[in-house]
Amino acid sequence: MSFVLETAANPENLRRVAIDPLSRVEGHGKVTILLDDQNKVHQVRLHIVEFRGFEKFIQGRPYWEVPVMVQRLCGICPVSHHLAASKALDEIVGAKQLTPTADKMRRLMHYGQILQSHALHFFHLSSPDLLFGFDSDIAKRNIVGIAEQHPEIARQGVLLRKFGQEVIRHTAGKRIHGTGAVPGGVNKSLSITERDELLKDIDDMMTWSLGAVHLVKLMHQQNPALYDHFGAFKANFMSMVGFDGGMDLYHGHLRARDGAGNILFDGVHYQNYSQIIEEEVKNWTYMKFPYLKSMGAEKGWYRVGPLSRMQNCDFISTPLAELERRDFIEYSGVMPMHAPLGYHWARMIEMLHAVEVIKNLLHDSDILGNDLIITGERGFEGVGVIEAPRGTLIHHYRVDENDLVTMCNLIVSTTHNNQAMNEAVRRVAQQYLHGHEITEGLLNHIEVAVRAFDPCLSCATHALGKMPLEIEVLNAASDQLSRLSRSSEGILSTPSSVV
Amino acid sequence: MFQNKDTYTFLLDGKTIPFTEEQTIIQAAMAAGEYIPHLCFNPEFKPHGSCKICTVSANGRQTASCTQQPQAGMVVESNTPQINGERLALLQMLFVEGNHFCPSCEKSGDCQLQATAYEMNMMSSHFDHFFPDRPVDASHPEYLLDFNRCILCSLCVRASSDVDGKDVFSLAGRGIKTRLIVNAESGRLADTNFSGDDKAAHVCPVGVIIKKRVGFAVPIGQRSFDEHPISFTPHPALKDN
Ligand code: SF4
Repeated sequence: MSFVLETAANPENLRRVAIDPLSRVEGHGKVTILLDDQNKVHQVRLHIVEFRGFEKFIQGRPYWEVPVMVQRLCGICPVSHHLAASKALDEIVGAKQLTPTADKMRRLMHYGQILQSHALHFFHLSSPDLLFGFDSDIAKRNIVGIAEQHPEIARQGVLLRKFGQEVIRHTAGKRIHGTGAVPGGVNKSLSITERDELLKDIDDMMTWSLGAVHLVKLMHQQNPALYDHFGAFKANFMSMVGFDGGMDLYHGHLRARDGAGNILFDGVHYQNYSQIIEEEVKNWTYMKFPYLKSMGAEKGWYRVGPLSRMQNCDFISTPLAELERRDFIEYSGVMPMHAPLGYHWARMIEMLHAVEVIKNLLHDSDILGNDLIITGERGFEGVGVIEAPRGTLIHHYRVDENDLVTMCNLIVSTTHNNQAMNEAVRRVAQQYLHGHEITEGLLNHIEVAVRAFDPCLSCATHALGKMPLEIEVLNAASDQLSRLSRSSEGILSTPSSVV
Repeated sequence: MFQNKDTYTFLLDGKTIPFTEEQTIIQAAMAAGEYIPHLCFNPEFKPHGSCKICTVSANGRQTASCTQQPQAGMVVESNTPQINGERLALLQMLFVEGNHFCPSCEKSGDCQLQATAYEMNMMSSHFDHFFPDRPVDASHPEYLLDFNRCILCSLCVRASSDVDGKDVFSLAGRGIKTRLIVNAESGRLADTNFSGDDKAAHVCPVGVIIKKRVGFAVPIGQRSFDEHPISFTPHPALKDN
């Protein structure tokens, strides 16, 4: 099946514009746009080449290696893969209920990860667009520009991220690619010194993350025409929620709502994810398109991540974040918030929640305990799900009686959001590019939409104004007519005209 | 005849090292607290002289310090740019001959190959990787053999025959085709008389002979070479002494 603007009716004589690359870590991404002579948009596609080799590579390896090996899938959220794999392998070693110390250490690690990734995403990657404007001077549209014009915001962003990384270091042994979680538990708890070191700065983190929520809220209040409508489209929401319906980014069951906010399903055990999610393959991209089986591919696609989680849960257990969630819901009105830029607001509320959770955990004596690992009746298949910074992350493994992995299936958040991100770039292309001459600022609008979903590290490169872009204008026979290039210094040029 | 172990000495990189008639250069150096890089040498076993990492210059002649006995007054050079450069090349060859994926190896931080490579400032593998196809042997209920990491040091072979009296392991083939095999018709560890109590289960300097289901139980920061480089860390066999 095909969506509006997914496939042009008559591609003959249309020009093709490609934004390439968008992403380098979780595969390689690009946007292609087909335009006619009046620059009217006829087709927009976001292509992400997923790295599927991993699922093959892991076969035949001992299962306890997996949580460490999978971290290499991602440079920004390795902890999410580490924990999702560990949760799946808890099933293999029969650890139905972790010890309190193990459960809380893993949660601490995870919320540290949420904090560092959300801070990176908002302050380093997105705030330049939001504070300076999408088509502002590219030379200033980066974190260095923020540091010059808004030094306090830049400083807080850097320190919030650093704090999250320190939480990870104390729980996993290293700031990146550590080893803290093992099947059935963890390999360390916190020492008193480590705990006190983190507690020392926690109140600053609380103040600054609350400030960040207020900053994004103000942006929506001051410019609703942009923030509430840029690239907006209606979609279903899916996420894991806690067993009590509250926000829980580490554990719970699956819930989905339709675009009007009505519950589609609730309380689905994530071990049964394959009964509710199907993946569609399309001939123009390697990345699959997941959808809710019960609704079919046309109506069943959904989005995941902060915007879904914020509107899927019934409440947030920590007081400051709960107040902000209520404001968010009230602002949206009767209908849920569907605007991609609303992701940033939800993301900052989650960051505040993460700081509150971290503070609570640091005051919990269980994190100093010694009871680290538990095992039970051996299993042969396990699914682990976690709400990673970007959204629901599913790891699924089968292990044979000799302890070797025989099957691995991963559904990462970027895949869940594939249709939603395509939808967002189509809306933006229609809203902003349609009928206009292409400029760097207009192209950045496309990337702002993709970046709201937080696809990957390469966007960091772009936010720093360093991502090279190339736009090819082709005729229907795919002959290149002209080329528009943005250099790593952000300078637009037409280096060659051929044919 | 030696009267007293301090009677005879040699010079190692300018330092005076006493030795006895039973000791080789590396044994005397180790007893004096001096580090000579090595892999197939383990003070608990008869020297093998195969990895050549412990090569030194003794009175101007290159030799394996694990098999060479010193002479009184001998001038031995070990920590020189030239010899370390040769060691580095040997290490790089070991890394490309096998599949050494340190980032997800449970022996990382405890591995003598990795630690020695750090000691020699190895920054890359330099040579093209062979990427050999070596499936693991997971047949044994308690132990796993990951042949990808074998450096053919023969320590398990020596431990099994000399200490355990079992001959579970052997090196088969010649030259580049040399490989580790186990003593069973099926070629599977489960069909040998190997036991987790064997000395051979605990001597592998890299991550080949692995106890199942306990990988990564030791947190980063508490592994053998986290605190100090291998040159400042007593050999695992000497740690309890
Ligand atoms: S298995 Fe280990 S101890 Fe045995 S030869 Fe290979 S590297 Fe040496």
